[in-house]
Amino acid sequence: MSTTVSQLDKVKTGPWNGGKSPWNLEYGKIMMWFFLVGDAFTFSAFLVYYGAQRFSHPTWPDPDKIFQSIPGIAEHGQPLVFVGLMTFILIMSSVTMVLAVEAGHRNQKNEVVKWMLWTILGGICFVGCQAIEWTHLHHMGFWFGKNPATGLEGDAIKTALLPYFTHDISYTSALQFANLFFTITGFHGFHVTVGIILNIIVLFMTLNNTFENRGSYLMIEKVGLYWHFVDLVWVFVFTFFYLI
Amino acid sequence: MSQYQDNIAHGEHAHEGGMDKKAIWRVFGVLLALTCLEFLIALGFVHHWQILAKGALVNTIYIVLTLVKAYYIVAFFMHLKFEKSSFIVTVSIVFIFIIYFIVLMLVEGGFLAGAFQEHQLFPNK
Repeated sequence: MSTTVSQLDKVKTGPWNGGKSPWNLEYGKIMMWFFLVGDAFTFSAFLVYYGAQRFSHPTWPDPDKIFQSIPGIAEHGQPLVFVGLMTFILIMSSVTMVLAVEAGHRNQKNEVVKWMLWTILGGICFVGCQAIEWTHLHHMGFWFGKNPATGLEGDAIKTALLPYFTHDISYTSALQFANLFFTITGFHGFHVTVGIILNIIVLFMTLNNTFENRGSYLMIEKVGLYWHFVDLVWVFVFTFFYLI
Repeated sequence: MSQYQDNIAHGEHAHEGGMDKKAIWRVFGVLLALTCLEFLIALGFVHHWQILAKGALVNTIYIVLTLVKAYYIVAFFMHLKFEKSSFIVTVSIVFIFIIYFIVLMLVEGGFLAGAFQEHQLFPNK
């Protein structure tokens, strides 16, 4: 009789009752996910604020009229083409990253090195394109706290901003567009730059046989999560800044 | 230590089944196709042929396509679809707050757009 344990005192054996790994995930990977969730909140806050500004202004610049050059090929009349190229580069580098992770699962060091090199190249191309885009907008007169009509008065403001609007023309809208564009794409570009640095670090660790000796290429996977997140953010930035 | 590492390495192998090289390129194909569709709508239907006008309908299509692309990146490239369901819930449920935040800020923005124009300023003289 005394050996029976009451229902309440029984040790439970479910996945969350201790001694088990309910998510079957390594600590660093979980923490990378949690960091990315937090980072997603930051980017969401930026984009939601962009939406709020757009909704509260009676008019807004037309992205088709602001982004319409292809550097070195066409100065005007080609909306979306250059940013399309940037989007393609980033998706492509996301694919090479998954291929590096996949090669890591098979412990193929040389393949990991190959795909990591492609990923880094893609990242550098993307940041380069963004630098060209920023320079172009800066030459047009857009910058933090500045739009092409800054410093002008009267009808000159209207003339300076006319090329960028389809509907009514507003100095404040153009200014908010410039501020938010440089802040959000700048924050994204900063993330890409950090991603490139992380990719270079894990590339050298791979070359150094660090993961080979460890027996697992899990670190590639964690950096890969970050890299895909950067791609994910770009998908949203692209839609809200360039398409809508 | 090596036993711990082995566990991790094997754990990864265990649910590797989700993504082989073929599956990776298939997901890439989907992402590329969706992006091409966005360009077809933006450059073709709206800009060139002018069949559709910029507005609620086109924007809704863009946002839906964006969310589908986001799903493919998170589910397959970030491997979330193949994790334990409790983990999927943990990292995705919090975005309820973002949805709330979007609705809140857009409604507020829309209100301000009207209010600033309807009500004049009275100089304090």
